[in-house]
Amino acid sequence: MSVDKNMNVLIVDDYKTMLRIIGNLLKQLGFANVDEATDGSMALQKFKEKTYGLVISDWNMEPMSGLDLLKAVRTLPTNGNVPFIMVTAESKTENVIAAKQAGVSNYIVKPFNAETLKAKMSSVLGDF
Amino acid sequence: MDSLKADIGRDKVVKIINSVIEKVEAAEDVSRENIYLELKALHDLIEVTRKEISASRASDISGTHIPDATDELDAVVEATEVATGTIMDSCEALTAYADQLDSSHKDYVLSQVTKILEACSFQDITGQRITKVVRSIKQIDEKISALMNVLEDKIPGLPNSPFVDAREGDAKLLNGPQMADKAITQSDIDKLLEDLF
Repeated sequence: MSVDKNMNVLIVDDYKTMLRIIGNLLKQLGFANVDEATDGSMALQKFKEKTYGLVISDWNMEPMSGLDLLKAVRTLPTNGNVPFIMVTAESKTENVIAAKQAGVSNYIVKPFNAETLKAKMSSVLGDF
Repeated sequence: MDSLKADIGRDKVVKIINSVIEKVEAAEDVSRENIYLELKALHDLIEVTRKEISASRASDISGTHIPDATDELDAVVEATEVATGTIMDSCEALTAYADQLDSSHKDYVLSQVTKILEACSFQDITGQRITKVVRSIKQIDEKISALMNVLEDKIPGLPNSPFVDAREGDAKLLNGPQMADKAITQSDIDKLLEDLF
């Protein structure tokens, strides 16, 4: 199955630096349609406007965390099955378990490199 | 100071009070002078305690040191964010420029840009760590403030004078780097030098 690089990708992080890093890495990987949100509630608003093919989200954000965003996304009537990658500095076992129970598609611990991002994206989207 | 604090602990106060009570109960041994001496010892002990609390300048910790520390840490986060933004501006410019290069040169430039971008994630991680430290410091500040409020109620007249910098000579001049709102600019310095010489 080929990956549609024109899909809408949503990246969510409260640090502008990280939004830019992930945005630039996605651009280098050929994904041009990238939207940004700085917390979970802003991300949910974006879902009202568009359908997304991938969400890459931080966990530790206020007022709505990445985990709460993930849980909310999974209840959406449409687009609820969107691949969701958590990119976070939270690296304890209980975090990974909680994310998995909430329906996360993959999990990346910060700091990460481009190779890891591509590998995790491939694991949820297919090779590209 | 630790041993002094141990000496003036609660046990010693209780011991003196018990001594006074025992002497009052054994009426034949008690005299006004004995009771006075015991109460005087208690009074002296409270005075020593008060001075120790004052010398520790706990109000300075809450009023000066902690706000200064959190401001400095906030400034670190802000400065690294600005610097990282500048680095990434250059990365984006290089990425755009790479489109004009032949394939092998373009690949090389983009691979180096990718490494720089990966390294820039330090700002996110250090920012989160510093935010955690600031949160912990603020919790300590709240505890100290609460303690000082209790002590001021229990020990009226607790000295609360402003912090005095006791440093001398060159040491007293070393306070940098200054926060932006407390610093003068390079042009201010140039003008000052022109005025001075």
